[in-house]
Amino acid sequence: MSSTQQDIKIEMHDVKKAFGNKIVLDGVNLSVKKGESLVIIGGSGTGKSVTLKCVLGLMKADSGSIKIDGIETNKFDSAQRDEMMAKFGMLFQGGALFDSMKVWENVAFGLIQGQKMPRDEAREIAKEKLRQVGLAPQTGDLFPAELSGGMQKRVALARAIATNPEIIFFDEPTTGLDPIMADVINDLIKECVTDLGATALTITHDMSSARKIADQVAMIYEGKMIWDGPVGRLYDSGNSYVEQFIHGRADGPITKHANFRA
Amino acid sequence: MSDVQNSKNIMPIEFAQKTCQLIGHSILSFFQSIGALAMFIGKATAQCFMPTFYPKLILKQFIDIGYYSLPVVGMTALFTGMVLALQSYTGFTRFNAEGAIAGVVALSVTRELAPVLAGLMVAGRVGASIAAEIGTMRVTEQIDALVTLSVNPYKYLIAPRVIAGTLMLPILVLVGDIIGIYGGYIVSIYNLGFSSGTYINQTWDILERIDVLSGLIKAAMFGFIVSMMGCYHGFNSGRGAQGVGTATTYAVVSASILILISNYIMTQIFFS
Repeated sequence: MSSTQQDIKIEMHDVKKAFGNKIVLDGVNLSVKKGESLVIIGGSGTGKSVTLKCVLGLMKADSGSIKIDGIETNKFDSAQRDEMMAKFGMLFQGGALFDSMKVWENVAFGLIQGQKMPRDEAREIAKEKLRQVGLAPQTGDLFPAELSGGMQKRVALARAIATNPEIIFFDEPTTGLDPIMADVINDLIKECVTDLGATALTITHDMSSARKIADQVAMIYEGKMIWDGPVGRLYDSGNSYVEQFIHGRADGPITKHANFRA
Repeated sequence: MSDVQNSKNIMPIEFAQKTCQLIGHSILSFFQSIGALAMFIGKATAQCFMPTFYPKLILKQFIDIGYYSLPVVGMTALFTGMVLALQSYTGFTRFNAEGAIAGVVALSVTRELAPVLAGLMVAGRVGASIAAEIGTMRVTEQIDALVTLSVNPYKYLIAPRVIAGTLMLPILVLVGDIIGIYGGYIVSIYNLGFSSGTYINQTWDILERIDVLSGLIKAAMFGFIVSMMGCYHGFNSGRGAQGVGTATTYAVVSASILILISNYIMTQIFFS
């Protein structure tokens, strides 16, 4: 992952985070180039979500440096943080749609509240974004609770890309979807990221999703990045931890280390 | 077996150390939560006064917290006033002091019963619903989503509720005062056979501005407490359905206790 300084969009250096006595991130190093899609794979409870939340600023890292566009974010005040947020879009695992609002209001929320755009204008953009994720404009007048899980994911994706963000985060985008809908969402993610020319950071443990949307893959284990490389090299990584994870084997160094009884 | 041996081997000094550790830990976590609450109240109150307001959201909360609480508060006040007249009659006839009933009803309702009972009822109705709503938003990551969409959750979610709670409760209590005194009036006139004119005159004579005003100031404080507790516990809700349930319980219990404590303190300040 060596590259010139200007190309690097997200850079984490020796980031640590603990909750009480439990160390979750133990010196995470990571860098994502502009326009690149990095997928972080790893088991449950290895620190994937916390990594993402630290970059987003939803959680504060205990130590280390997190740079976005070369700017250190760890010491931001709330105004600087808000400014930075305008660059971000995020697809939450459960969608996190606002259930008190209609679908189009959800999609247009960042435009109306964040950018103070007039409602009519924002509504048009919301319709366009819904079309982009394969939903009919009439869907916009429904409430999130009236939609299926797959449709909710699409709406959440439309909301994440509505403000044309420079960096999009995907938190387990295919979890809870059937294999076909998962593949549709993967395609949509790939399309949206390419269309916007955005940088993408995804966390997942779904290997088919990782293969499809990643340019680069990194594996996190016990709060550290233990492997990273281009997606093409994922299946000859030569790392026994990665091998076990991507093939989903019950026997291997990960389970041996955690004292699982497989 | 080994456990028994171990417990025998614990030296008195070790036991003392453990006890101290436990005490120290609980004291520290107590102050930690007080600090967290103070920070939260500070942040939320600041957001109530700093620009970008959401008038639509505030209006919605006015209706949710104020208008929809009217029946509950009205019923509470009505029956409190009625029972107060009835009870003081049975007591006061022993001293031939029936003439004091109007005064007792008016003073007790405006100073204490309307604000405190309205506060407690609203804590149950509004505090719980705020905690459950915001708690569910926390659990389903909707609050995180707000942040990623460049909207400050303190400003968007909490400030409207706190503003509405603090402004609406005095209005509710004013309505409650009137209904409560009217409840006493009904019982006195139709049940106990008082004359309407005397009762109204006695009520007017004894009521001073401070009686009503102190009740309304109390009410504003209770409204602040209820909405703030609902928001705080919802905002810091634990995971899952259980987390939201616990948050709701804490919101109602802590609001109720704080209402009773602050009521005593404010009474001490107003009337001593």
